Amino acid sequence: MSALPASVTGDLIQAVYFAAALLFIIGLKRMSSPKGARGGIIWAGVGMLIAGLVTFLWPGMHNDILILTAIFVGGLAAWWSGKRVPMTAMPQMVALYNGMGGGAAAAIACQELVRGHPFAPAPVVLAVIGALIGAVSFSGSLIAFAKLQGLIKKSLRYRGQQIVNFLVLLATVVVGAWMIALRGDAPMQLVIAFFALALAFGVLVTIPIGGADMPVVISLYNACTGLAVAFEGFVLGNAAMIIAGMVVGAAGTLLTQLMAKAMNRSLANVLFSNFGESAAQGGTIAGSLKPIDAADAGVMIAYAEKVIVVPGYGMAVAQAQHKIWELCQLLIDRGVTVRFAIHPVAGRMPGHMNVLLAEAGVPYDLIGDLDEINAEFDTTDVALIIGANDVVNPVARTDKSSPIYGMPILNADRAKNVIVIKRGQGAGFSGIENALFYLDNTRMLYGDAQKAAAELIQAVKAG
Amino acid sequence: MTGIIALYIFMLAAFTGYEVIARVPVILHTPLMSGSNFVHGIVLVGAMVELGNAHTPLERTIGFIGVLLASGNVVGGYVSTERMLEMFKSSQDKRKGGRA
Repeated sequence: MSALPASVTGDLIQAVYFAAALLFIIGLKRMSSPKGARGGIIWAGVGMLIAGLVTFLWPGMHNDILILTAIFVGGLAAWWSGKRVPMTAMPQMVALYNGMGGGAAAAIACQELVRGHPFAPAPVVLAVIGALIGAVSFSGSLIAFAKLQGLIKKSLRYRGQQIVNFLVLLATVVVGAWMIALRGDAPMQLVIAFFALALAFGVLVTIPIGGADMPVVISLYNACTGLAVAFEGFVLGNAAMIIAGMVVGAAGTLLTQLMAKAMNRSLANVLFSNFGESAAQGGTIAGSLKPIDAADAGVMIAYAEKVIVVPGYGMAVAQAQHKIWELCQLLIDRGVTVRFAIHPVAGRMPGHMNVLLAEAGVPYDLIGDLDEINAEFDTTDVALIIGANDVVNPVARTDKSSPIYGMPILNADRAKNVIVIKRGQGAGFSGIENALFYLDNTRMLYGDAQKAAAELIQAVKAG
Repeated sequence: MTGIIALYIFMLAAFTGYEVIARVPVILHTPLMSGSNFVHGIVLVGAMVELGNAHTPLERTIGFIGVLLASGNVVGGYVSTERMLEMFKSSQDKRKGGRA
């Protein structure tokens, strides 16, 4: 496909693409602060809208009806699903939409390659690399979606899996190199083989990864799609695609690192080990679990000066965030200082818990993240742990033999009293016993988080 | 666009992306990931040009799939990001607008 010719229309298109790239960067910048965040997505949205509209003026464009139909069908399906998905399912929806972007980048490369026109060396290399990354991001994201959505329950693992995966990747690279050597003028069978191998690799590499690690993988695929878009942008001579894609590629890579770091795992560890679901055994813990009933727990928090709530994914699963906020409002009205402490990996990905709390109406200035709130536990009367486990386990600080040793945790054990709302006596996501639950100042309130919160509300009202 | 100019763009855009995200608080990580997911939806314009220049039935089919997927990326990315960000309010905002 030819690059944009120099003409009035061509200049207009270039100018609008430039404006769009600027709007994307401003939008992303604004999204980095809670105050401007809402505006940020609107800025980026305006950029997308003008870039899309001006593209209809591209010289020699036809198939307008087909284009509009595809936009309408794809957009409507995404709009419908995006509007009705519950907030707890947001991570897998991001995976799904991201996979579609990767698939679109792969489709662009595919079209360039089946067209069979001669390429210059640089574009054909980037077209093929972009196609590989885009196709892996597409099939990998779909698997990630299926796993988090519960469509695939098992993580398929077998001996020699990594060798098989490596061989598939190697075969993909060999076929890709062959297409590059042919300057993109490759026979159809080769193109089909290439995409089949790349898609298969995305499936194979994602399927053994456990649900706990999936957010890191989704973030990685998000960065991958950005890169694929940037590379295909180079092939098409489209600066807006290069800039937007590369910005997302870099930002997504950083975000992936931050997530992996918060989980105390290296990226290689996430991708190539089986920790995500296997149970690890730490040492046994002395002491006993001391239960408490809701009435006593209610009195404890009602007469406290300061309460820190530590929510985990268990709270979100029980849909208890609304009841918990109702409880906290009661406490605030009584003059109790209430804060929320959020671990970076509470919920399913960094920031997911903040979204869930925001949905329940919790103002963001009551929410503190790890660094700012950890100092406050020493002056806290009650730490209320709801459905969180590994992120408050003090063995991460104390026990070098523990698999989670070194992971940053919330120091809930330093509060004067700890109340843990928990469904049963099982261990956390990682399968490690929680030493916090056995401390002298910890009391266990067993039950479903939503029911327990309702009982606490009654108890506080009575107190 | 010459290769060397493109290389400069690649480099500068990569640093921009890194810097823009470096100052993001953890509470916005999920919306931001969703927002950046929306931004790479710009692949739509490339997919549109491809379909707009498709001549054979095969090219049209691939082009159609490309635009279909890219539109899903754009619209889904926007709707989910917007829904998440809409909910971020401070205590002061709430007092002004009444409790939701």
